[in-house]
Amino acid sequence: MAADFSFPDPAAKTAANLPPEFEPEKMSLSMGPSHPSTHGVLRIQFELEGEMVTKADPIIGYLHRGDEKIAENMTYNQFVPYTDRLDYIAPLANNMAYAIAVERLAHLEVPARCAAIRVLTAEMARVSSHMMGLGAFGIDVGAWSVFMYCFEEREKLYKLFEELTGARFTTSYSRIGGLQRDVPPGWIEKVDAFCDQFLPILDECLALLTRNKIFLDRTVDVGVITKADAIAYGLSGPNLRGSGIPTDLRKDRPYSGYEQYEFDVPVGAKGDCYDRFLCRGEEMKQSIRIIRQIVKNFPGGEWYAKDARKIFAPPKDKVLTSMEELINNFMLVTEGPQMPAGEVYFEAENPKGILGFYIVSKGGGVPYRMKIRSPSFCNLSLLPKLCVGHLVSDVVSILGSLDFVMGECDR
Amino acid sequence: MTTDVDLPTAVSLKFPSATARASLDCPAFDVPAGEILAVLQHLRDHHVYDFLMDLTAIDWTAEQSPRFTVVWHLYSSTKHTYVRLAAGCPDNAAPVMPSTVGLWAGANWLEREVYDMFGIKFAGHPDLRRILMWDGYPHFPLRKEFPLAGLPTDLPDAEIAAETKAGVIAAPMAGGPFVATPGQPMGDAEPRAKDEAWSEQNPKAE
Repeated sequence: MAADFSFPDPAAKTAANLPPEFEPEKMSLSMGPSHPSTHGVLRIQFELEGEMVTKADPIIGYLHRGDEKIAENMTYNQFVPYTDRLDYIAPLANNMAYAIAVERLAHLEVPARCAAIRVLTAEMARVSSHMMGLGAFGIDVGAWSVFMYCFEEREKLYKLFEELTGARFTTSYSRIGGLQRDVPPGWIEKVDAFCDQFLPILDECLALLTRNKIFLDRTVDVGVITKADAIAYGLSGPNLRGSGIPTDLRKDRPYSGYEQYEFDVPVGAKGDCYDRFLCRGEEMKQSIRIIRQIVKNFPGGEWYAKDARKIFAPPKDKVLTSMEELINNFMLVTEGPQMPAGEVYFEAENPKGILGFYIVSKGGGVPYRMKIRSPSFCNLSLLPKLCVGHLVSDVVSILGSLDFVMGECDR
Repeated sequence: MTTDVDLPTAVSLKFPSATARASLDCPAFDVPAGEILAVLQHLRDHHVYDFLMDLTAIDWTAEQSPRFTVVWHLYSSTKHTYVRLAAGCPDNAAPVMPSTVGLWAGANWLEREVYDMFGIKFAGHPDLRRILMWDGYPHFPLRKEFPLAGLPTDLPDAEIAAETKAGVIAAPMAGGPFVATPGQPMGDAEPRAKDEAWSEQNPKAE
């Protein structure tokens, strides 16, 4: 319902009895696709009454690359690099979600060490993603310095990612049935050292905002998402939990060994921008808690499914010296990992929310259809409802608090 | 992995027309398109499947009938289980499916995406526009006959197209994903980009 800002009291309007030419005129404003607070290429077509939003129509698709079409045309392992580019702030978490989805199709269990490395990298990706979200949210509402602190920590994480995978951003670390490689020697100790120094800095970053008067004014009671709305629009991740619904797939449907780790699921009370910010802050601490537990009891053994010969490529030294492994590798590269016919749907709790892969297979190495359920897409579908009745400057807070990524939304 | 073991009997008792669908993980049902709304509402209201997690479609190619299957994934935040529902679109040429926006507001964008990618219309949808492609785009990209390289198309803005004399061009996958087709003679199974899938038996189209 459009709020009439000029006459808060309807009786006053009747009394004034304005001629129609003095009625406030609606203004149309296009925000984005290149706007600093739209975090990529989101465009929102507003209808404004003064400063008040009366209608918001998000226009998405500027980053559409047809990932689902591409997936139908290549083997399962060839698609791994494309998952990096979904939520490009947390590629390691996407790699893991995709690999588990395909493994569910193949009924393949990976060894404990592989599962632990995946959880470890996914939680590091969560910290990195939330640091980015926190810093960008700070900038959106005018707090520049938080961004600098956050990016310094993120940089340390990217150094660790680079050492592990060879790439800072586009990690492509998971393989179906295993990983690209084992962790390098001494790397686990570096992760531990990162955790030790990270927690005080995180507290400092959060302290810059949690009791900051300007930040509170811009976020408290702004963009309130009710529980009913959060469910009806299929929100997920911190945006859902900020509204007080404790749905976290890591707890509810543990995958990759999450049931072994102790962690809490923070939930908000009101569902406003501030609650979503607090949820992200606390989630980072819980992620560090998980990482610490893995580092403490890091499992040994194999880091890929050794018995899955038709799915995971044999080691390179064997390929170059042994005939059988060479043939095996050739078949894997040309025809892809062989999957049974059938369909599976797997969802993982990613930093931005629930990332799902629905794979329809007719057998062979190429999926017949792959649908990617992206959390940012569903989270943004609430915008037309959420923005109405807010000021344009509040929309900036709302966008910052939703923490979306257009690479994932548009696919 | 936990699944809702009681659900299949409960659903088949209430809806005899819903048949079990082959699935590797959660309970799944094939439901006639006319009954899908009732089944979805029943699952939401009586089996606490409160989240519509995903809504998508599958194109089984023009030779198959029904050609398009729409698939819903529901999640229960209390039982922590999934259920999959599928319904074939009765008409292959002009596929229509009832809209679920009345049950879950979030279905709005998901149905717009299915319409955008497959051309399946949702009866009762309040605002069925394209979402990822631009308004007026003439093709449905996720249909199987749409080539991976894309099709040449006019730019969305006629004024800009006239000024720049540019258009959307197809991008052949030069060096693109190389995929062998399993189960054929080895000569045909040589890995090729799918857009250039010519061999000695199937010569390249000039």
